[in-house]
Amino acid sequence: MTALALNRKTLRALLPLASLALVLAATFYAQPRTMSYFGLNLMLQYAVPIALATIAQMFIITVNDLDLSIGPFVGLVGCIGATYLHDTPVLGILALLLCIGAYAAMAALIHLRNLPSIVVTLGASFIWLGIAVMILPSPGGKAPDWLKAIMSLQVPLIPFPIIAALLIALLVHIGLMTSSYGVIMRGTGGNPRAMARAGWSELKTKMVMYGLAGFFGVLSGLSLIGLTTSADAHIADRYTLYAIAGVILGGGEFVGGRVSPFGAVIGALTLALAGSFLIFMRISPDWQIGAQGAILIIVLALRALISAGEARR
Amino acid sequence: MTGLMSDILESAVTLTAIEKSFGAVRALAGVDLLLKPGECLGLVGHNGAGKSTLMHVLAGTLKPDQGRLVIGTQDVSRQYSASNASAHGIRCVFQELSLCPNLTLAENVRIVHRALKGIGWKAKARRLIGEKLDEIFPGHGIDVDQEAGDLNIGQRQMAEIARAFTVTDEPLRVVILDEPTSSLDAVTARQLLTFMRQEVARGTSTILISHLLGDVLDYCDRIAVMKDGKVVAEKEAQNFTRHSLVAAMGATAEKAGPGTTARRRISSALTIEATPLTATQTGKLSVRKGEIVGLAGLAGHGQTRMLIQIFDGARKHSAAFIAGDRQSDGVFNLWSIGENVTVSALRHLRKGPLIRPEHEHNMARNWKQRIGIRTPDMNNNILTLSGGNQQKALFARALGSKADIVLMDDPMRGVDIGTKLEVYEMIRAEAEAGRSFVWYTTEIDELKHCDRAYIFRNGAIVAELQGDELSEDKVLHASFAESA
Repeated sequence: MTALALNRKTLRALLPLASLALVLAATFYAQPRTMSYFGLNLMLQYAVPIALATIAQMFIITVNDLDLSIGPFVGLVGCIGATYLHDTPVLGILALLLCIGAYAAMAALIHLRNLPSIVVTLGASFIWLGIAVMILPSPGGKAPDWLKAIMSLQVPLIPFPIIAALLIALLVHIGLMTSSYGVIMRGTGGNPRAMARAGWSELKTKMVMYGLAGFFGVLSGLSLIGLTTSADAHIADRYTLYAIAGVILGGGEFVGGRVSPFGAVIGALTLALAGSFLIFMRISPDWQIGAQGAILIIVLALRALISAGEARR
Repeated sequence: MTGLMSDILESAVTLTAIEKSFGAVRALAGVDLLLKPGECLGLVGHNGAGKSTLMHVLAGTLKPDQGRLVIGTQDVSRQYSASNASAHGIRCVFQELSLCPNLTLAENVRIVHRALKGIGWKAKARRLIGEKLDEIFPGHGIDVDQEAGDLNIGQRQMAEIARAFTVTDEPLRVVILDEPTSSLDAVTARQLLTFMRQEVARGTSTILISHLLGDVLDYCDRIAVMKDGKVVAEKEAQNFTRHSLVAAMGATAEKAGPGTTARRRISSALTIEATPLTATQTGKLSVRKGEIVGLAGLAGHGQTRMLIQIFDGARKHSAAFIAGDRQSDGVFNLWSIGENVTVSALRHLRKGPLIRPEHEHNMARNWKQRIGIRTPDMNNNILTLSGGNQQKALFARALGSKADIVLMDDPMRGVDIGTKLEVYEMIRAEAEAGRSFVWYTTEIDELKHCDRAYIFRNGAIVAELQGDELSEDKVLHASFAESA
């Protein structure tokens, strides 16, 4: 019985990896030329900003909230990056720090006024978008050269996006899953009352988590304009859904503090790859969101099946 | 005076005149309690006596309105909170478990110990909990790397108890155990109590709250009995017997119950026969037509689940449920009072597929008069009513349906006495008209209005009391078991 239980647990943990392998295999089959250093680099380069946004979302989901503003936020960071950060770096850095502070303030508002996070973040998304449009009314601006240099880094043997993604996952894993402070963060998602009884401030935990989400949102925006070299307020609108889907694809759960940084990054890679695969299949971009939704539903159905088997025992 | 001073100096914890109210309910009405080092104090009392509130005050999770709290020789009344309780050496195993289900046991230990950090914290935490589990529950078979959510309830309780006794850099002065054996089997419960005595011999003080009077009598040095937010008796354990304990819990002179009516022996046809699914060895419940049957015993011992079981098993529309927890199971917050009342009877208020508004209004107006809902207009939002009147609306909803069986889940929580009397009368009248009532109540006084009562313990029916045997004494005796 224990062996079977272990099997199901491993099965669940391996599901994100299996989905990635499947999508990768399908892509290689549809377009064999992608099976190269150059091909992978090209296909996966946009996975880096998506992975960073997914990690940002994961921090919020860890404390049982949901962030509907991460996409427009990444867009806003992109606009700041392509204007202030390029022209007046000090002002740009200050503006980005302010953005992170705004995220932490959002956590305080949500906790102190006992508001649903989806309402507050949905409202905030329009604020981010509005500010972004004010900063950069039409697409343009210039990404700082050092950003472009980082994002076009060539590493021997393994493509840069893969190394970057693994590095991000490893760092967050150490911070959230193995450090003693990470335990407090995840515990707050698992049983907030128990944490309060042990004397931990939920307000502080949430502010830290939202602040971290803001920080990774900033990284996501900067890496994105490092690739595109210019910005637009709407450049990352889709990221909100990508980020949520990535966390869930990667084995995370909406409530209960059960998340996995490696899973989330793998989920983001899967979604980025699925986009390329659908292009190779000549599926019109109009259908892409739907097709990605279908992938998500299939993976979640598989997960539910495994869990149902577990419950039946 | 000098005697008192030296008592305080010697004590581990001294509580003086602690008061705590929740709205109009006075949960603690001036509690004085003294705990010596190396002493095990038993704390007993019936539902709502204030035991749990007192323990929350001691654990720092509730702030008292009044009173003094001295730990050791230090008066901490002002700056005491959950975050420094453990620095003062106070630990608590709460009745509702407080492990994080998504964390491993080792990680759960980290939550209560601020000292567990830096490189190697996990190995330390794993060793701490592992060793303590081995010490208290030899042969426990729990893997400390398992997530708490994957453990069964008994194992979770064992883990939480073991966690409370782990020591890092903070002292261990007092451990509060609130119903610690509720999910343990007889063997592990014995292991725990034996360990508790060893720990007490080492100088740690413990407070044991339990409904198992045998355990309290056998394993505690001193016993305090609480009633109505006060400590009403406090003696060495050997000076108590099971009988004197139960008597102390219900000691105050029997109040002449307001509106008590003669109990009837009903011999009409059976409408319900059910056996609780929550226990293997249990009595059977039966309800006759027109009868008022009470479900009693300590709170949370399976009564609500019995009601839900009856509700699920009843023929469609033949049972109505009156929730005690108005906010979560009772009222529709956004609806008017009238809509809240008529929702159960909409089937009978239609014409074709549509609802007839004039019928709906008539019914609402009718019930406003019959049950005396105090509002100028039944179209006002339900939340404009006081708690008692909201509860009346819920009664009207249930009685306005055509259901033969009315299930009541402790519906008088926080309702004023005037409303209560009106409702009691109404229940009696409806029963005489042929409806059956199953009434779970946490107030022994309310059983006076029942024809019969079943006493629940650990999910099982352990006693059936006929009307003439329904006394506080008998109910308390049946509610508290000898030992696990």
